[in-house]
Formats: sequence, structure tokens, C-alpha cells
Amino acid sequence: MSEAAPHNPPGIRIAGVTHRYGAVTALADVTLDLPAGTTIGLVGPDGVGKSTLLGLIAGVRRLQSGRLDVLGADIGDRHAREAFLPRVAFMPQGLGRNLYPTLSVWENIDFFARLFGMDARERDARIQRLLDATGLAPFPDRAAGHLSGGMKQKVSLCCALVHDPDLLILDEPTTGVDPLSRQQFWTLVDQLRRERPTMTVIVSTAYMEEAERFAWLVAMDDGKVLISDQTQKVLERTHTTSLEAAYISLLPEGKRQQASGFVIPPYADPGGPPAIEAEHLTRRFGSFTAVSDVSFTISRGEIFGFLGSNGCGKSTTMKMLTGLLDATSGTARLFGEQITAGDMKTRMRIGYMSQAFSLYEELTVRQNLMLQARLYRIPAAQAAQRVAQAIESFELGACADVSPASLPLGIRQRLQLAAACINNPEILILDEPTSGVDPAARDMFWRHLIRLSRQDHVTIFVSTHFMNEAARCDRISLMHRGHVLAVGTPAELVKKRNAPNLEAAFIAYLQDAEAATDAQDHATAPARQSAARTWWHALGGRLAARFGAVGGAWLPRAWAFARREGVELLRDRLRLTFALIGPLILLVVAASSISFDVEGVRFTVDDHDRTTISRDLIDSFRGSAYFHELAPVADADALDRDIRNGRVQLALDIPAGFARDLEAGRRPEVGVIIDGAVPFLAANVRAYVTGVLAGYAATLGRAMPQGAVIPITVEPRFSYNQEFRSIYAMTPGVIMLALILIPTMLTALGVVREKEVGSIVNLYASPASVGQYLMGKQAPYVALATISYFMLVAVAVVVMGVPLKGSLLALSLGGVLFVLSATGLGLLISTFVSSQVAAIFGTSIICLIPAVNFSGLLYPASTLTGISRLVGLGFPATWYQLISLGCFTKGLGGRASGRCTWRWAALAQATCWLRACC
Amino acid sequence: MMRWLLNVGLLCGKELRSLVHDRVLLGLIVFAFSAGVLLVANGVKVEVSNATIAFIDEDNSPLSRRMRDAVQPPYFKPPVMVDRAEALAGMDRGDYIFVVDIPPNFQSDVLAARVPAVQLRVDATAMTQAGLGTEYLNEILMGEVDDMLHVPSPIDQVPFAVQSRIRFNPNSESKWFTSVMQIVTNITILSIVLVGAAVIREREHGTLEHLLVMPVTASEIAVAKIVTNGLVIFVGAIISLWLVVHVWLGVPIAGSVTLFAACSLLYLFSATALGIMLATVAPTMPQFGLLVVPVYAVAYLLSGAATPVESMPQVMQVVVRFLPTTQFVNLSQAILYRDAGLGAIALPLLTVTVTGIVFLVFALMRFRSMLARQE
Repeated sequence: MSEAAPHNPPGIRIAGVTHRYGAVTALADVTLDLPAGTTIGLVGPDGVGKSTLLGLIAGVRRLQSGRLDVLGADIGDRHAREAFLPRVAFMPQGLGRNLYPTLSVWENIDFFARLFGMDARERDARIQRLLDATGLAPFPDRAAGHLSGGMKQKVSLCCALVHDPDLLILDEPTTGVDPLSRQQFWTLVDQLRRERPTMTVIVSTAYMEEAERFAWLVAMDDGKVLISDQTQKVLERTHTTSLEAAYISLLPEGKRQQASGFVIPPYADPGGPPAIEAEHLTRRFGSFTAVSDVSFTISRGEIFGFLGSNGCGKSTTMKMLTGLLDATSGTARLFGEQITAGDMKTRMRIGYMSQAFSLYEELTVRQNLMLQARLYRIPAAQAAQRVAQAIESFELGACADVSPASLPLGIRQRLQLAAACINNPEILILDEPTSGVDPAARDMFWRHLIRLSRQDHVTIFVSTHFMNEAARCDRISLMHRGHVLAVGTPAELVKKRNAPNLEAAFIAYLQDAEAATDAQDHATAPARQSAARTWWHALGGRLAARFGAVGGAWLPRAWAFARREGVELLRDRLRLTFALIGPLILLVVAASSISFDVEGVRFTVDDHDRTTISRDLIDSFRGSAYFHELAPVADADALDRDIRNGRVQLALDIPAGFARDLEAGRRPEVGVIIDGAVPFLAANVRAYVTGVLAGYAATLGRAMPQGAVIPITVEPRFSYNQEFRSIYAMTPGVIMLALILIPTMLTALGVVREKEVGSIVNLYASPASVGQYLMGKQAPYVALATISYFMLVAVAVVVMGVPLKGSLLALSLGGVLFVLSATGLGLLISTFVSSQVAAIFGTSIICLIPAVNFSGLLYPASTLTGISRLVGLGFPATWYQLISLGCFTKGLGGRASGRCTWRWAALAQATCWLRACC
Repeated sequence: MMRWLLNVGLLCGKELRSLVHDRVLLGLIVFAFSAGVLLVANGVKVEVSNATIAFIDEDNSPLSRRMRDAVQPPYFKPPVMVDRAEALAGMDRGDYIFVVDIPPNFQSDVLAARVPAVQLRVDATAMTQAGLGTEYLNEILMGEVDDMLHVPSPIDQVPFAVQSRIRFNPNSESKWFTSVMQIVTNITILSIVLVGAAVIREREHGTLEHLLVMPVTASEIAVAKIVTNGLVIFVGAIISLWLVVHVWLGVPIAGSVTLFAACSLLYLFSATALGIMLATVAPTMPQFGLLVVPVYAVAYLLSGAATPVESMPQVMQVVVRFLPTTQFVNLSQAILYRDAGLGAIALPLLTVTVTGIVFLVFALMRFRSMLARQE
């Protein structure tokens, strides 16, 4: 690749780029020229705009102002950006944030390879090579969610590199990774760069010592670039020897921190029982042992460090100590007392900071602290003071009244520590408090910890993956895969391994442990690896071959999304079960219960006449199956009360002298009182009463005057459902209801969840279009809903005995189209809601109201008028209801329902396009 | 106890802020209680109304035309004249619910007292319209013939007078019923969804765990969610009942709004507790979403707000008596329409309360284990 240099390929040109989030300026008029074909380190504390800049370069964020040319492509131009995307790879911040936890290592990488349109042979070869290079080869089938942090980052890197990018952008790739993995990670990057010297690599990092390995250095502060030059020259220009010092010297006067002359007073045990004791703690989740036989004792006021990579069991151990998790076996004691779940006294003495940000993003910084203080039972007046103090000592003043959501990771961690310390706890349990925090802030953090420990004798149990932090602890414990490898003071451990420093000692311990476990993994892994994969491979290969011929690169990309979504869905057994069983329950319960046959109307009589004739009248009601008589009432008041309280729905009031007046032809008045609270019932009851009275009159007919002939007969013939059974009429409708409610919910949540979790960034960073993404997302849900449809029809016919009189083909064709439309509606809903809560509620309201009321389920659609008619016509369920009802009860086939199908399929398409535009 | 109340209060403040934060969600709540209610109240007719009807008139006599003209709104849409083939096709399409078939020589047969038959085809899959509509058509058609022949109709021939009075909704106006029932349905869906989803969101964001490390009990967290979300839904429901149903739609409220409000608070407790319980069963939001759909759909369809409980099979009538939603519909009707006394609503209230307590106890029992399972 020697021709690369003379050509002097275009690098990255940034001119006058400004980026704002609301009122916050992340980048202020940045102008920067970066060379291609080299490694570039981007350093600076949190919140200075590093991630924003990288996001812009990767094309993940939209350019707001200024001009940005990357490798010769103008990012501001949509077409140029799209053409450029396949040449770039972006690995976002956060451990494995772009990975799908239920997918295996292989599947994750494979998904990205498919996104970039690689064919099967190329993919397999490439993935295998990357796995070999990263040392992940023994675990291709392990789910990404079960990997340690270091391994996750390696998988992420594989995903980023799978398509041979010209530009690799890594946003804080080693934050939260153990030193061994970190070392391996950088070796890997170097190695890959040696293979492809033209590749440009941009890395942002908070570790200054890491930045030294990059050829070019960009230092940023406060949305501005401090310096951009070759690393060597940076050191020369600042007359410093380390980048840490160089960075500090570049900061404006006021910001320079004092050189971190850390003085830690020696630890002296104040006596008393140990603060924390753990004996043989073990915790299993199913077959997975997260923590295995861990024991240690921490004295009061000691700073005890827990060192290890993410996922090694540190967090689980800490959760057991806080009482959040119960130990499977073993005991944990705080201040000599065994930890019990509901013990408020112990909780008052503990401050806890979890690894992930766990304060409220809906509240401001101040409100969060206030809530925390008040919940720790600090009276309101003092709490305000305490919060003010905390804001001051943790330097949160500038952001006190904004939401933590808009703050960079480092400041959020600082906020969490401030929150954990607000109640002056005796024990602080801090789970990776400084991960993602820049060096200056970390030092400040540790000054606080040391003060708390030495002055206030607060026991501090802290987990970290920073070696310089571990070295500050009084004692540390090395943890790996659930086991404690070693415990002791940092000096002891270094001595024991004969290592030059703690990092080397730790790496030595890790290598020993790794060698032991790797041997096991190698023995078990390969056997499993093929079975699960080949099936998918075969299917994917066949489909891709077929589609590939038709759609070029378009369909394979959509297929990549569909495949991934499908695998995730298949792995989520609970969701699968709910999605398939839910509709069946709905069908069986609803269709067999809903009925419009009004029977057993509760009635009572207030008979003031008490003659044979009045009794005859009452008997004619008793004789009808429609009515059910209750004990007669005493008086008019009682009658009123009974009807108000709903005891009776119908009351007859026969006046005194009824028989006498009747005989005399004086037309006595019979009072009929009907409960009209439910109009449908009232109308039926009235019709029944009229019928019974007419029948009764006919029996009196003998005594009636001549001329009462009936001139015509009306012969009603009930079509489609001669027996007039509700179940036949309702079942097709309930199938419609189940198919609009559940697939829509499935799809809407599928997309909104990605938005909320953040994995949607993969879409933005890939060359795939929104249309491909949505189509791919929709496909597995269409498949699932189609299965659900067939199950519903089978249950309706076989279990519930509802005959299918018409064409199954027509019904199924309509069913598939309907499912397509329902899932399309789900996508549409997902475009305008941002939270999963809103998605669930929105889908419920948007589907349930029209499906029940305006689609012909309960009330025929043809009787609707006005807006409700329009709503009904615009809603796909109305059309499917016609098809479902037509095929089930009316014995219709393709031709008759064809018109409905097509009219409405056009509608489904419209929905699809509408949502694609959003 | 004071501590407990204070903590609940503090957590409530937090809940309220969270809720206000999601503007789309607030918009949806407002929509459900305003436009949603209006749409259903104005759009749905639970009794026979605007039923579609076609006439096959092979007689085309003054009598048959007269019968045709007699079929009028609001019960029926103006009849459509069709031939037999089109009539059947139209029924297949769902365009006509009723088809009246008047045979040739109908009028002359009537005059000759040969008692001709009018065929009435009814689409029996339109359950709400078919039965009653047939009765009404029977009455209308017979009435016209009687009228022409100047004979009194059978009901007038009855030797006694019937003074029928429909109480509580004399004109059987659908919107009186549907508007209130829609509010009840909204309350159900919102309570289950909002509270349950709030629990899962806190769990997914790790904030629940954080709270449980502090001196805060699961019951405080659960009750704060119930109180806050319940209150928001309550305010929405009462405003909707007053402004939308009473003022806008002009539906009279017979009973005490205060009593109804008190009962809805109890029901809100029960439904929100159910939401929390479901949230402790479903580990993730998508699973929760799928779990709640059949729950609220079945609860709604069996509640009596869609179809009368009295019409259900005997077994179901017994089963639904234990469902809080059914009992709430029951007592809403009793209070708002019939102004029933406490005696009538005691049992429903008891059911609602007891189920709520059962749900909550179950939820609290699962609260901690649900955190453990997540890993």
C-alpha cells in the first residue's frame, strides 16, 4: 500500500462546525484538519464534545452547521453521506451498546456483515478471521449479554471491522475494560492496522496514557480544540514529557488543576467489629454461577478495592452486600449483623452507587439530590442545606437545574457519588464509580473518598478497573469470573507476583486464570457451535440467494434486520408465548362469553288486583324464558328501591280493580317500568313485554270484538346464522380484534425499545435505509402474527366448533394482508412515540377504540355515520372484519371478499408508505 | 407510619414529575378522555339505529310504496331499492342488514284478504341489530297495512292500556351509556398500563434497585405509584365525566358524583395494583405490553360495558362477578344512572377492594424476587 502516501488521500476536514443540544453548545465553531491513513487520538475530559464530534464524522449525527468532509465525501450532502457510510465503521460509547444481548457472538458480527451486503462465503471467512484474531474463536455461540466487558468490546470491534472500513471510529472503546483485555484490545487494533495501513483510526479516550500510542493527537476542552498535531510535536510544543501534563498545560489558566500530589494518610484501624464480612458467598442465576465462594473482611474506615473486569461478579457481590440480592449460599454481615432484606437500620448506614446511572432523568440534578436526601430521612430544612453543600463540593453548580439526561457520563457519575454520600453513610458501596470519568474528575473523586475514609472513618468498598485507583486502596481483591484470585495490599500483590507494578501483577493473575478456564472452554465450545448456526445459515443462504437476484443489495440488507429481529424474538420465549397464547385466551374467553341473547330478565310484580285475571297476566310473563320472577314487592317505595338498586330490571304494576275494569271494557292501565340504564337491554325488554302482552291479549281474544284479523304475515329468515348464536357471529370478530391488538403492540414496542435502549444507532451508522430497517423489523412480526392467525382459526373451528363455511384460502389471504397492515400500524405508532410506556398506551387506545366500536365487531360498520364512519373506513380492521365474517359465516370465497381485500390492501400499502416517510 | 407516609409523599412528587415529563403520553391521556369519549359516544349506537335496509319490491303498488316510505330514521337508513341478485350480494358484502321482499300482487292479495307473506331476510351476524330490528320492522310493516285498511293495530286491540316507562334513560339514548362506559374503559386501560409500565421502566433503568438500597420499602414505592398515577387518571376521569359527558354531551347524571368519585378511587386502587402485579410477572417492557393486551381486552369485553353481563353464559356470569372491572361497571351504572343506595353497591365495592388487596399483596411478595431474576 505504498501508493497511499504520495497520493496524499483526503483526510477529515472540519470547517466551522457548531453543534447544539437545545441551549447547550457541544461544539463551538470547530475547525480541524486531520490526516488520513494514521491513528488519531481524541482526548479531553467528559462533556467537551468528543462524542459529538465523532458522531458527526461517522455520519450518525446530523450536521447542524459548518462543513464536514470525510475521506473526500461531503457529509452535509445526503447522497454523498450515503455513499460514504459503507466506508466507515463506528463503535459507540458504552460497553457493547451496539450489540444485541440475546444474539451470540457470531450472530452479532454476522448481522453487521449482512448489513454491508457481504455474501455468505465472504462473511464466514471474515468473521472466522476476526474471531481468531481477537481470541474469541472458542466462543462463537455465547450470547453477547453473557460476555465480560472486555469481550463485549472485542465483539464490538469485530462488528465494526467486519466490512473492511477505511475509517474506524472508536468512542472510548476501553472504558470499563480490565487491563488484560485492554492490552489485548490495543494489540489487536495495531495488528489490524498493520494489515491495512491505509485505514484511518480515530479513538477518543479518557486514559491519557493510552493516547500516547496514537500518531496524531487532538485535545479538546469545552467544545473547542486545544491542539491538533502529531503526538510527538505536542509534547515538544508544550515542553512536557507526558500527555497528562501536556493536556493540563494546554488548559486555560483558571482550569488547571493542581498537580495531583496525592497524599494518603496511612490507615489505622479504629477498632470495633469489622464493617463488612463475607463468608463463602455464592450466587447462582439458573445454571450460571455469578459469584462463587467469595470471602473477605473489611475493617472500619478501610478503603477496600474490588478489581476485575465487567461481568466478573463484582456487581453481584455488591448487590448481595446491600441486601438487593439474596445469596444462594454463604453469609454476609455488616457491623457484625447478618444482612436481611427489609432491615431499614442497615440501609440507613449504607450509601450505594450502582454501575449504570440509576438516578431519575426526569428530575433535575438538584431534585434528584433532594429526593435522595429526604428519603434518607433528613428533615427538609437540613436537606436543602445538605444538597447545596453537595452541589458545591462535587462541583455540580453549573448543571444543578438541568436533567442528568443531558449531562456527560462523568458528570453523571459525580452526581451519583454526591447522591450516595448525601446521608453521611458509614459504609459506601461504589460499583465502578469512576468508569467513564476523566482523570481530573477522578482525582477529585478520590480526594473525597480519602477524606471520608480517614477523617470520618467511612468504610469504602469500591470496585474499579483503573490500576492507579486500585493502588490507592488500602487493600484490594482481584476478581475474575466469579472467583477471588487474590486479596492483599497493593504492595503485597505486586511483590507476590514479582511484577514491576500492580497492572502487571493483575495481568499475571488474569493470565493464570484465563489459561485454566480457556482449556475448559476449548473442550466444550466447538461441539455446540455448528448445530444452531448451520440451520440459520442454510435458510439465510437460500433466501439471500433468491432475494439477492431480485433486489440487488436492497433485500439482503432488509433480510439482515429481519433475521436478527427473528432470532431475538425466538430467543425471547416469554414474549413468544405471550404473543401466541394471548390471542387464543382472548378468543376463547371473549367469543364464548359475549352474547346478545337477552334472557332471564329479572322482574317483579306489584299486584294490587290479586284476581285470577291479573294472575293470568303475570303467568304469561312467568311462562316466557325471557323473564325470571323475583319475590313481589311490598309497596311502590320498595319497587322504586329495587329498580334503582338493580335488583329488578322490569316491574309490572297492576292496578286495583284491573279485572273489574277489563270486564267492563274500561281499558285499565297496566304500568310497565323498565330499567333503562343499559339502552340495549331496555329496548329488548320493551320488545319482549310488547310481545308477551300481545300474546296475552290474543288469549283474551275470545272475549274481544270481531274484526281483529291479521292482514299479512311477515316471515323473518335469519341468514348466515340461522340458530342466531352469538358465538358464530362473534368469533370472526374476536379473531380480528386479537390480530389488530397484539401484532400491533409487538411491532410498535420492537421499534420504540430500540430507540430507548440505543441500539438504533446501528441503523444510523450503517448504509441501510430506514425503509430496509422497517421492512426487516416488520417481517418477523408478520410471520409470528401469521402463525397466530392460523392458530386462532384452528381453535375457532376445532375447539369452539365454529364452522368455516367459506374459503379458507380467501380468509387466509385476507389474514396475511391484515397482519401486514396491523404490524405496519405498529411501525407507524412507533414513529411518533418516544417511550415504551407511551407506545403501550398509544397502541392500546388507537387500536381498541376503533376495533371494538367502528369496525363492525359489536355494531355493524354499515350503520355508522359521520366521523365514526370515516374512522371505521380508514381502519384496516373494518375491512378484515368483513372478510372474516364473510368467510366464516356467509360461506363466501375469493371473489366476493376479493373486493374487500383489494380495497383494503391498498389501504395497508398506504399505511406502509406513510410510516416509511416518517 | 409517619415515615411511611412521608416517603410515599416524596416518591409521589417524583412520580408526578416523571409523568409530566412524557408529553406524548400526557397527550394520549387527554385524547382518551376527550376525543376518545366523544368519538365513541357520538359514533356508536347500541340499540337499533341507522340499520341498513333494502327493498325488493315486485308489487310496486301504493301499499308497497307506503310500506317503503314508512321505514325511516332513526331506526333505519332510507331503504335502497334493489333486485334480488343485488340484494343477496349486498348482504354478503355487509351492505344491508335487512332485505324486505314484497311479492307480486301484494296489494291486491291484501285487499282480497288472502294474507300474503312479506319475506324479511336478516343478516343474523349483526347481533345487535338483527333481533330487535326484526321486531321493529314487523311492527312498522304491519302498522302500514293496518293503517291502510283502517283497522286498529293489535296492540290497540288489547283490552287494556299499557303505560310503559323506561326509567333512567327514557329515550334510550346510546350516548348516555357509551360515554360513561368509555370513561370506565379508559380508566381500566390507563391504570393497568401506566402503573405497570412505570414499574418496569424503573427496573430497566436501574432506579428501582437504587431506591431499594435506600431506607425505602417496596410498599412505599408501590403505593406511591398507585397514588400518583391513580390520581392523574382520577382527575382525568372526573373532568371528562363533568365537561365532556355532562356539559358537552348533555348526559344527565342522576346520582352523586361524589359517591362515584369515591368508588372510582377504590377501583383505581384495584386496577393499578393489578398493573403492578402484571409488571412483576413480565420481566421486560415488550413482554409486559403483550401481557396486558389480553388482560384489558378480556376485562373490557366481560365488564358489561360492551355487552350486557346478563347475556353471558351462566358460568361466566358467576366468574365475572369476581372481576373488579365488571363490578366497577356495575356500580358506575348503579350510581350514575339509577342513583342507587349504598346497599346496592356494597358488594361490588367489597369485590373491588378485596381484589385490589390481593393484587397488591401478590405484587409486593414478588417485588424483590423480580429484581433478582433480571440478571
